[in-house]
Amino acid sequence: MITVERLTKRYGGHPAVDDVSFTCEPGTVTGFLGPNGAGKSTTMRMICGLTPPTSGSATVGSTPYRRLGNPGRHVGVLLDASAQHSGRTGREVLSLAAITMGIDKREVPKALDRVGLNATAGKRRVRAYSLGMRQRLGLALALLGDPAVLILDEPANGLDPEGIYWMRGLLRDFADRGGTVLLSSHLLREVEAVADRLVVIGAGKIVAQGDKAELLAQSGTLVRAADPAALAMVLERAGLTGTRTTDGGVVVPTGSEVIGRAAADAGLVLLELRPAGSGGLEQMFLTLTAGDSVKEAVR
Amino acid sequence: MTAVLTETQVPSVRSESSRPVPLTRLTLVELRKLADTRAGLWLLIVIGLATVGTSAIMLGWAPDAEQTFEGFFGFGLLPSAVLLPVLGILSMTAEWSQRTALTTFTLVPARERVIAAKLAAGVIIAIASTVATLALAAAANLLGGALGADAGWDIAGSLIWQGLAMQVLYVLMGLGFGALLLNSPLAIVGFFALPMVWTILGSTIKALATASEWIDINTTTTAMGEANMTGGEWARVGVSAAIWVLVPLVLGIWRVLRREVS
Repeated sequence: MITVERLTKRYGGHPAVDDVSFTCEPGTVTGFLGPNGAGKSTTMRMICGLTPPTSGSATVGSTPYRRLGNPGRHVGVLLDASAQHSGRTGREVLSLAAITMGIDKREVPKALDRVGLNATAGKRRVRAYSLGMRQRLGLALALLGDPAVLILDEPANGLDPEGIYWMRGLLRDFADRGGTVLLSSHLLREVEAVADRLVVIGAGKIVAQGDKAELLAQSGTLVRAADPAALAMVLERAGLTGTRTTDGGVVVPTGSEVIGRAAADAGLVLLELRPAGSGGLEQMFLTLTAGDSVKEAVR
Repeated sequence: MTAVLTETQVPSVRSESSRPVPLTRLTLVELRKLADTRAGLWLLIVIGLATVGTSAIMLGWAPDAEQTFEGFFGFGLLPSAVLLPVLGILSMTAEWSQRTALTTFTLVPARERVIAAKLAAGVIIAIASTVATLALAAAANLLGGALGADAGWDIAGSLIWQGLAMQVLYVLMGLGFGALLLNSPLAIVGFFALPMVWTILGSTIKALATASEWIDINTTTTAMGEANMTGGEWARVGVSAAIWVLVPLVLGIWRVLRREVS
């Protein structure tokens, strides 16, 4: 279980994370969503005691991370798969962690095996690893101490589709056995398939959080008309603001009946009228966070 | 029937998992880290070869009278005195330049324990290299005796202790520079260049000459190669070590403890 309470981090005057609160329950996968630079990694680093928060607190299993005696045995952490010594072999990286945590060294080959790295890969130096292999090694490192909680920052980065599918299965299985998973991503589709709950962050603030099904249900209605210009006029007259999707539809934050009636009154031909689902969430996600990633790129 | 399940179950003793990681285990990890990368391993190999090289040079070219146990030991300490500190520097800087601090401090959030383990590992490797140099000097002396050199076994006990102290001092200085600068090339250049610059300044500027006798660590540690150091010589080593070893270490540790890991 992870509890984050009013966590805030300011760099100079700029709030990287602003009053963020959420909890992750055992048996669930929580997707932590946001564009690059929204504050996901900073939040996760604060949970793991690597970055001191300006204010607020975070606990793992009701203990602040830094007070966990041997944290590797409680929490599996993968914050950056590239942060490994390039001159060390994969097996050596795990061996060092095993000695630190006080785990039998015989667990190391098993841990490599669990993430699909064979003995040959284990003997290679990390320098020769692809990003996907580094992610797998990082996951092996996170799982090595048999933890009850997993904190993973963009673990799907660099994995091929088969690898992403495999990782979803692994995380689902981990949560189903009672584990707690916090998983960040900047891609909604990626976490949608595995997460039970979603926490959406933009510009350091939480913009939406809750049950995935609930969030998807609230995400509005997708409507597509034979005459898009007429539809825009009808929506405007009804006092509704929609956002255009890439394929010519419009997502409107209201129920289908309201739009259906407005269209009928105007004699407008609708081609599509349905709950927006993840498409709506994606639109909301893009709207709420629009511009932030651009700003980050030039900062 | 339940054999399938046991594969995913790691047997863990809960009491063990909540206790802080003992310092002995952390020291073991830090010792292992000194040699488990290509850079670290080659540095150790080069130190070993260079130390063997000192004996070979003496056997080949030194006058027979100088080919004694003491002579082999004194000359043999030189490569490790120069290169072992680099291992200490890398021990501190690699965590940041290779970004392994992320894993290290995630597994051990009490950073001061990791630093303590690094210092302990540095002292151990300095002791080990001195012992290895002693063994090598003995072997070279036996060989020298067989080849008709002086091959005397007399060595002042003080020379061994002073040699050991010098090794430890320089490794700690390397660790201090590494912790302070947290950047491998910068720390290595700083470690070698700054004391050298001071030596040059001290010998050219008359007004600095007296101060240099106390501050220039290259000068003060020269006495450590001569038997039976005087109290005054030890005091000078102490003062220069406070400046070149203690100050970087204290500032460096302070920096590592406070620095944000990302």
